[in-house]
Amino acid sequence: MMKKLTLAAAALALSATSSFAATQITWWHAMGGELGKKLDEIVANYNKSQDKYQVVASYKGTYAETMTAAIAAFRAKQQPDIVQVFEVGTGTMMAAKGAVYPVYQLMKDAGAQFDPKAYLPAVVGYYTDTQGNMLSMPFNSSTPILYYNKNVFKKAGLDPNVAPKTWEDVESFSKKIMSSGAAKCGFTTGWISWIQLENFSAWHNLPIGTNENGFGGVDSKLSFNGPTQIRHWDNLKKWQAEGIFQYGGPEGGNDAAPKFYSQECAMVMNSSASRAGVINNAKDFEVGYGMLPYYADVKGAPQNSIIGGATLWVLKGHEAEEYKGVADFFRYLASPEVQADWHQFSGYLPITQAAYELGQKQGYYEKNPGSDVGIKEITLNQPTPNSKGLRFGNYVQIRKVIDEEFQALLGGKKSAKEALDSVVERGDKLIAEFAASNK
Amino acid sequence: MQTKRTIFSSKILPYWLILPQLAVTLIFFVWPAGQAVWQSFLREDAFGTSTEFVGLANYVAILHDPGYLNAMIVTVVFSIAVATVSIVVALVLAVAANSLLKSRSLYTTLLVWPYAVAPAVAGVLFWFMFNPTIGLIPYLLKGIGYHWDDRLNGTDAMILVVIAASWKQISYNFLFFLAGLQSIPKALIEAAAIDGAGPGKRFRDIVFPMLSPTTFFLLVVNVVYTMFDTFAVIHATTQGGPNQSTNILVYKVFTDGFIGLDLGSSSAQSVVLMVIVIALTFIQFRFVERNVQY
Repeated sequence: MMKKLTLAAAALALSATSSFAATQITWWHAMGGELGKKLDEIVANYNKSQDKYQVVASYKGTYAETMTAAIAAFRAKQQPDIVQVFEVGTGTMMAAKGAVYPVYQLMKDAGAQFDPKAYLPAVVGYYTDTQGNMLSMPFNSSTPILYYNKNVFKKAGLDPNVAPKTWEDVESFSKKIMSSGAAKCGFTTGWISWIQLENFSAWHNLPIGTNENGFGGVDSKLSFNGPTQIRHWDNLKKWQAEGIFQYGGPEGGNDAAPKFYSQECAMVMNSSASRAGVINNAKDFEVGYGMLPYYADVKGAPQNSIIGGATLWVLKGHEAEEYKGVADFFRYLASPEVQADWHQFSGYLPITQAAYELGQKQGYYEKNPGSDVGIKEITLNQPTPNSKGLRFGNYVQIRKVIDEEFQALLGGKKSAKEALDSVVERGDKLIAEFAASNK
Repeated sequence: MQTKRTIFSSKILPYWLILPQLAVTLIFFVWPAGQAVWQSFLREDAFGTSTEFVGLANYVAILHDPGYLNAMIVTVVFSIAVATVSIVVALVLAVAANSLLKSRSLYTTLLVWPYAVAPAVAGVLFWFMFNPTIGLIPYLLKGIGYHWDDRLNGTDAMILVVIAASWKQISYNFLFFLAGLQSIPKALIEAAAIDGAGPGKRFRDIVFPMLSPTTFFLLVVNVVYTMFDTFAVIHATTQGGPNQSTNILVYKVFTDGFIGLDLGSSSAQSVVLMVIVIALTFIQFRFVERNVQY
């Protein structure tokens, strides 16, 4: 106990020397590596720009770890002011009304200038309630796009400047690539759950769940076991057996990117935020970019893609003065210069119209082909109730269920229909449990 | 049996002396365990803003959860496999090392090494060796016509975690068997040899029975190890997959509680585990400690 007290005192003394009168604002995040360094730079610049507030950013591990840490801290009344939460945690955060300080409310209370219309609707739509109020602050949002190997395309006799548009193209291109010996496999993908089921549904304007994909209430049911999704999963299984498609592993699909980098697979579907990594790793070949494929005979496709990534949530239980600082920091984060810089560095989507326009003015998208594919995808059409996003409780676990059932499918234990029916059945149970504990 | 009795002059002193141990037990074992028991009767949202007492509902739910029953079966298969592999291999190695005269201590040192490796590191090592994309072993297996894929094939995944979990435990078992072998009187074995018993018969009729207390002790210890200490191995290799085929009970407690944030169910599961540990400890004290011959 004594040791703990001395430690705390030492920590206090240390922090006191760095900032005398400044109000401290704590921010827990999940950005490691290069992104973490960039984030620290943004924070340092903000701290330098004024002397009233001092933002202290701490890296807390993966998204799941960061969220768990913040929740545990909240239960122990040691919560940070700001926590970065991934999109699938949105349902949980929104339901925690006693714990979360909605951003629109915070901005109003702090008297900060705040215009929700300045934000890209496809991004903020995911994080607004049914009345259109913004609940959390978008920070890093991305959407899946298609990357392809131009050199392999050329070797296979394909036009390296034409990306496959439809799944039919993906299949025929892959066959050509494989039969010509240009590469061993046609395509792979990261994020089976996010890309090949959720985005697949939105992209084909098909419902993911009832209640407008869960936006309308907590007692929703999943519905992505429709005929088109079943057809797609059936195809993935067939393509895997033929070698056209190679599985990249559960969750983010750790093996997907290496298969693309080593030129084993000619195409990969992955987050638009992987762009910098792809360019760094694609040393011996040129990378092409394309939108997600769709089935040509499905009416309404392509609609628009949905986002992933994370937003910043403000937790209750601090002094009003700290929240003023949070509001000021958010204003800084949303400014076009900071946004454009972060977006261009990381490949995440710009969250405001102004940041996108600034990039256009700088000529960034012309100099960096492929960097605006994601923006084009999410703004392709006015989002429908099927393509606004999704919001279900316990969704972190449902993502896991999707991975498990997909593995059962590829492992030959289940058909596509059985696997997707099982996802829906198990997922509905998880959603019902969530609804019961969040009455 | 002889019991020593020390007479303390003060009546309070003995209590002071056991106080630190008692405090550690209460703070680090009894208190959290009590909290888990209490939590297992509650249904709560992640942030703890709404709490409802639901009695045994969490227990009923896990017993009706096919995922939980699957985890039970997986745990039984996993523990038996790890205990068998690590005991058999360790016994063979111990007998082999024991028969050496000069190089025995060298082999002993080398064979004990893996025990110093942390389970998480062991997991990562085997994950690399067996990785279908970059691993050496899948590459070699392809040569004999076997397509190894621990990410999609549940049996392959189980083999992988059994090997990774056993590897370390072999060292531990080896030490006990070696000590056991050395404590068998040479005279017995020599007498049998003079009577014409070959090495196989000597092992079956003399050595193995003499080692049976050690074997039984190791069986219990290994089962406890696989059930509760292999979290890191699973986390670093398969993370319970594919399709839950390596999702052992301990790992399920973690994923449901810390990833899924379903504290009620997770607590109920850990209470069940607590009961299993108590039962195993009881077996160990009741049967093993009694039969150990020194």
